[in-house]
Order: sequence, then C-alpha cells, then structure tokens
Amino acid sequence: MRVLKELARRPSALLGLVVIVAVVVMAVGAPHLAPYAPDEQMFDGLTLEGAPVPPDAKFWLGTDTLGRDLLSRLLFGARTTLIIGLVANGIAVAIGLGFGMVAGYVDGVIGNALMRVTDLMMAFPALLLAIVLATLLRPSLWIVALVIAVVNWVQVARIVYTETTGLVQRDFILAERSLGAGHLRIIALHIAPHLMPTAIVWGTLGIATTSLLEATLSFLGVGVQPPEPSWGNIIFESQTYFTAAPWLVFFPGAAILLTALSFNLVGDALRDILDPTQRGRM
Amino acid sequence: MALILVKRVGSALLILLGIAAITFLLLYWMPADPAVQIAGRSATAATIAGIRHQLGLDQPLILQFLRYLGHLAEGDLGRSYAQKSEVAALITSRLPATLLLMAAGILVEVVTGLALGVLAAVFRGGVLDRTVMGLAFIGVSAPQFVVALSLLYVFAANLGWFPMSGFGTVRHVVLPALTLGVLGAGWYARMVRSAMIDVLSQDYVRTARAKGLSGLRVVLRHALPNALLPIVAMIGIDIGQFMSGVVVVEAVFGWPGIGQLAWQAIQLVDVPVIMGVTLVSALAIVIGNLVADLVAPLIDPRIRAR
Repeated sequence: MRVLKELARRPSALLGLVVIVAVVVMAVGAPHLAPYAPDEQMFDGLTLEGAPVPPDAKFWLGTDTLGRDLLSRLLFGARTTLIIGLVANGIAVAIGLGFGMVAGYVDGVIGNALMRVTDLMMAFPALLLAIVLATLLRPSLWIVALVIAVVNWVQVARIVYTETTGLVQRDFILAERSLGAGHLRIIALHIAPHLMPTAIVWGTLGIATTSLLEATLSFLGVGVQPPEPSWGNIIFESQTYFTAAPWLVFFPGAAILLTALSFNLVGDALRDILDPTQRGRM
Repeated sequence: MALILVKRVGSALLILLGIAAITFLLLYWMPADPAVQIAGRSATAATIAGIRHQLGLDQPLILQFLRYLGHLAEGDLGRSYAQKSEVAALITSRLPATLLLMAAGILVEVVTGLALGVLAAVFRGGVLDRTVMGLAFIGVSAPQFVVALSLLYVFAANLGWFPMSGFGTVRHVVLPALTLGVLGAGWYARMVRSAMIDVLSQDYVRTARAKGLSGLRVVLRHALPNALLPIVAMIGIDIGQFMSGVVVVEAVFGWPGIGQLAWQAIQLVDVPVIMGVTLVSALAIVIGNLVADLVAPLIDPRIRAR
C-alpha cells in the first residue's frame, strides 16, 4: 500500500500505472470491448480496389490488408503481449533468482564457474539466438515465451548473485547457521525474502524488455504466428503495404511503445522506492 | 598489465569456445534436418542418407564437433549448404556493409548523446534537461522496427529525401544509421549528463573558472575529457546491442550485411552459415568488451595506478 501511494505521487510512474491498467483492461475485456471478431474478414473491410480501409466511423482504427478490424485485433493483441510479458519474464526472473541465489550462496569455485555461464550468455548475440531458437523450434505463443526467457534471465541472475554474496556474509545468516539451519532453509526463508524488492523491480522492468523482444520476433515472422494477433505480427503482416496504409504500423507501434514505456517508468520508480541504493542506475 | 592482458584474452577465448559448443549442440539437436532441406521435398530416403553422409552428419556428434573446432582453429568456417561457397568468404563479403552501418550508427549515437548530455548537464534542471531524461526512457522502450518504418514513411515515402532501401550511396546510409543510433542516444546522454555533473562540481573546474577561462572552454576542454570514460566503456558493451539491432535494421532496409546473411541462412537451416555468423557476432561482442577494459586505463591514469 505504501508503495502504491509513493508511486501515485510521481507523475511519470502514475502515467505508467494508468497505461498498464488500461492495457490489462483491454486484454481481459477484449471479447466484450472489441467491436468485431479479431479474425473476421469483413466484406466491407476492404475498399473497392481491395485496399485496407482508413480509420472512419465504422472502423475506428481502420482495417488491415485482409479486411479485419484493426481495433479488435489490437485489443486481442494486448492479450498476447501480456501473456508473453508475464510468462516469459516470470520464467526469466525465476531462473535468474534461483541461479543467482545458488551461485551467490555457494560462491567459491562452483559459484564462480556458474557466473562464467552468465558471461557466456552475455556474449551471445541475443536476438540472433532468439531467432535461431524460435525458427528451429517452430514458433508458437509458448515457445516464444520460453525462448525469450532463455535469452533474458542472465541480467537478473547477475544482480541476484551480487546481492546474495553480500547477504551471506551478514551476521544474521551466520547466526542462523550456528543455530543449525540447513542450506535450503537459509536460502528459502532468510535470503529469498531479502531479494523480493529486486524480484519486483526486475519483474516490472523485464516486462518491457520481453514484450519488445516478442514484438521484434513477431515482426520478423518468427514470433507469434498469424492469425493469432500480436502487436508485432500485425506490423509484420502489413509491412509491404505500410506506405499506403500507415495506420497499420503506427497504431500497433504506438501500443508497443506506450506499454513498454509504462513498464519501464513504473519499474524505475519501484526501484527508487524499494531500493534507494540502486537509484539512478539501469 | 601484461598478466591482466593474458588473463582477459584467455577468458575471452574460453567464452568463444563455449559459444561454439552451445551453438553447435543447439543446431544439431534441432528437429529441422539440413539434409532434407538440401535434398528438397521429393527426395528419396536414399538421397537424403547420401547427403547426410557427404556432409558428415551421420557421424557421432562429438566427432563432428571436434572436427569443426579443428577447422575453426585454421580459420575455416566450413561450406554453406545452400550456396556453394565458403562461409568465411560469404561473411567477409558481407562484413564491410555491416561494419559501415555499425560505425555510422555508433557515430550518430555518440555524437547525439554527447551533445545532449553536455547541454543537459550545463543547463541542469531546465526544459532541455527534462527532455533528455524523457528521451532516454522512450529510447529504451521504442521497438527498433517501428522507428525504422516511421523514418521510412516520413523521409523516404513522403518527403523522398532518402531511398526506401538498398545500399551504395551516402543517402542509403542515413536512415539505417539513424534507426540504429537514435534510440541509444538518450541513454548515452543520460550517462554523459551524470558524469558531467560530477566533474563540473569538482575543485579544478572551479579553479579553471576562477582563472577567468570562458564557460565554453571550461566545459569542453577541462570537464568533458574526464566525463568521457563511461562512454568508452559503454560503447564496448553496446556492441552486443548493435549486433541485435543490425539484424532488424538490415531486414527492414534490405541492407546486404551479415544480419541479412544470417536471416536468410536461418530460413534455409543453412547450419554452417548460422554458426559462422553467430561466432563472428560473439567475437565482436567479446572484442568490444575486451577493448573497453583495455582502453579505460589508457584514458584514465587513475585506473592504471590501481
């Protein structure tokens, strides 16, 4: 509650929060809010020449190259963005937390070796790796989420590692140990709770990164596959036509930008509030 | 110093070896069979088996990997399955275009970032300062392909100042370089700004001002060089971001670089080419980090002393 109040006091974070709530409402309420079915090709959805219809009173945001209502597709696309954001980033943060805590707790030779794995991952050209994985595994919503998680867990792991090595040396952990607590108990009950602020901050900031990566993969045609709408693949499908029908790029593009921006703003504000030592870093 | 150099280079080589191993395993565990791709849909099982044998794909994985490493040590990246030429030759023919694009992108990023960052620090708390901070956030939140398409729409399709795609003249470089550089510029500006604010509050800057030097001279000649260090480190680390950006930008602008090469190779499951481009990109990233580490003490004597 205190955190929410603090968030509301910062204008940029409040703006982000409002947009996020709006996107969630769009995603959850898509079947009720959408004026048409997202994959219905309407007979009046194309002009007589077969071109997409620009935004008008009937189709608020216009139609796409197949005569489908863009607004309806955007609303359902919000679901894709949120699912990928939550699932992919959830997995990434979970892996990062687990990996970082174990590496930081055991430290020494094994911990160091584990951290070299993250060096390795950092040197991988991330987008290339994601494209290779997504293409060869035949993309679907869940595969895309998994691929994004595989590419994105490293940063969290490194931060958690640094924090854990600091925590392990603190007196209260030593006290626990001398009381006879097992390793698992110390990690789960005494170290993990201290890492919650980090998890919350990266759980928010990471949604921006993952949804951008999803949009990029879908734009390249190796992400979420049409006809299932995603903000990225709406642009992918209309790319060759975009000079004649720019609304097909600008509306989904603005949706991606606003959503990512909002998660970044809220995440940054959360970091300031929850962890004053990290202020101003990114 | 020499010892550090050896250690750094050694760990860089280890990282490259690891990347070669992971990429190799990934590509050979995948369900897509390159032999089927090459033989085509109507090929008989015997033809496919023949191709597999010819490519050495029927040998044990570890043998294939060791043989690959052996060739790699000689600078041989293998032969493309789809195009009948050496992977190394394909990459070297595409590399100049990508390097040009990256250089232009980095130039846009660093120059814009430096200018905005210095101005924001000097006029701290003003409108420009707030704008720069806002731009930094938009920069990390905007998808590159949307920026690329928007630039194309405004400056190529409508104003006609620049060509829609292709390669060859200076005008072809402008929009791809802008796409690549403009998003990161905000973040550079943010870093330059905070470094400059630190430096500007130090005693020697006050002394320079007290000597009667002009404000501009103090900022550019005395303060700026000391604020450059984080930028050098950042460029090195940023190479990874650029390698990712290049794939998207080359796809949108039809730029004939290694990003496009990789993209085509992935569609065709042309394993040797995918391996080659991944390794070259990883090499660029590793070298970027290495150079950033090694150049820092040259610029800043305080690090050398440690």
